[in-house]
Amino acid sequence: MDNFSQLWPLLYRALLETALMVSISIFFAVLIGLPLGILLYITQHPLLFKIKPLNATLGWIVNIIRSFPFIILIVAIMPFATWLVNASHGPVFASVALSIAAVPLFARLVESSFNGVKDGVIEASIAGGAPIYLIVTDVLLPEAKKSITQAITLTIISIIAFSATAGVVGGGGVGDLAIRYGYYRYDTLTMIITVIVLVIIVQIVQWAGDFISNRGEEK
Amino acid sequence: MSIQLDNVSKTYYLKGRTVEALKPTSLSVQTGEIYGLIGYSGAGKSTLLRLINLLEQPSSGTVTVGDDNLTEMSAKDLRIRRQKIGMIFQQFNLIESKTVYENIEFVLKASKYDKKDVPARIEELLNLVGLNDKSNISASNLSGGQKQRVGIARALANNPDILLCDEATSALDPDTTKSILNLLKSINKSLGLTIVIITHEMEVIKEIADRVGVMSAGEIVESGETYELFSHPKAEITKDFVQEIYNFEVPEQITESSENQIITIQFLSENAEENYLNQLYRDFDLDISILNGRIEYIKDQPLGFLMFQVSGETEEISRLKTHIDETNGIERVGYIG
Repeated sequence: MDNFSQLWPLLYRALLETALMVSISIFFAVLIGLPLGILLYITQHPLLFKIKPLNATLGWIVNIIRSFPFIILIVAIMPFATWLVNASHGPVFASVALSIAAVPLFARLVESSFNGVKDGVIEASIAGGAPIYLIVTDVLLPEAKKSITQAITLTIISIIAFSATAGVVGGGGVGDLAIRYGYYRYDTLTMIITVIVLVIIVQIVQWAGDFISNRGEEK
Repeated sequence: MSIQLDNVSKTYYLKGRTVEALKPTSLSVQTGEIYGLIGYSGAGKSTLLRLINLLEQPSSGTVTVGDDNLTEMSAKDLRIRRQKIGMIFQQFNLIESKTVYENIEFVLKASKYDKKDVPARIEELLNLVGLNDKSNISASNLSGGQKQRVGIARALANNPDILLCDEATSALDPDTTKSILNLLKSINKSLGLTIVIITHEMEVIKEIADRVGVMSAGEIVESGETYELFSHPKAEITKDFVQEIYNFEVPEQITESSENQIITIQFLSENAEENYLNQLYRDFDLDISILNGRIEYIKDQPLGFLMFQVSGETEEISRLKTHIDETNGIERVGYIG
């Protein structure tokens, strides 16, 4: 590609694909990862809902998924993803693998956000006779809100990075564009522009995440 | 409401090692009483306090509050029962991301308090602790003393019969400590609340406790009425604690001999404020110079200490000592100095 006008339609499409993959994946990462993170936390806390075997099992599953190199994960879950979205390629198809990778990552980040909540506050809540669901909704989540917002930011950025690999299943996206055109075809212009675009996207996400998480604090 | 601990103990198992945090201990606290537990850190007082509302499960023994045996309760019943046992903490333990109002609302939600009565109840509580203008301020923006007041309001929200205080004033400056202790005293009186307070500060005990238990190495080594404990401490550690308050030291340059002795006396209750010295000057042919002296008020009862140096003939000094020993309400103390 010699000039930007040739690249633009490709880039535009890639941006939409990235946006789609990231949106689907972060949605499921939060939807499943947040309860999973809560469960990981409360099942190890002696004052809350300590069930060692359950905690160990969940932790084990989370660790296994997180150990997979992403490209192997994509291939490994292909049959499942095909069955789930009734397709065998494209950004939605790739989102299945991205979500599966993002859920345990986000769950662990949520768990460690809760670890930052002072134990004394939980002790005071137990002493006040509060049920566990109320401690989760009214103590853990508000106290960890800033840290969880940061965890969402970090997860989005990780999904953007993972999504570059999604090209192997035709997921598309900006990262894939960089690899296919920039790297494999030695197309320097495309490579530079896509990398710059990625840098800008990541900066914007980080900036927006910081803005939201700090806003809560100044109340 | 009374508290009865029967032979409770707490043993931890840490990497194959057993740690006896609390030896088998029995304790009963009467309704409406303020019971103080004093000890250095690691003495087991925090463990003992947490056994009362079962934040820690005892390794053995039973915990009875009023007519309820807490150790036999189901998890759900225990949770409901805890709503009637308030607790405040050294680090306040408020939900920092929430307002004062929301912090109190939290425990009212926990007890399913009638929603339409919640605002009025919170206002009433804030009035009680003197924070009525701070309702919508974030808990993180309060001073230590204000945080503890919110802690007290939260602890009292569900009309408990018992209030447990875990080093409630240790993170506060002396003035704020006084005002929090006064608040605790006044709610003890006005609400008939039974209070158990643990501390490492004798000042707190002196100010507020009706009875005291002194803890060391996982057991209560001495207990009794606060005044009695202050005036006649028996265990070494109790003497240490009492001494901490008086902080009497014999000046280094003074050497004792049979003609030159240091005598420390204490005046109990009504005698504490009398002028006893004049009489000594008049009736004895001795040089008496005062080294140290002070009156402490233990739960508003005076207890006076006086340390002086006497020089003169040995017989005259013995006559003075006999005189002191024979006078009611005045005693020589051996352990100070």
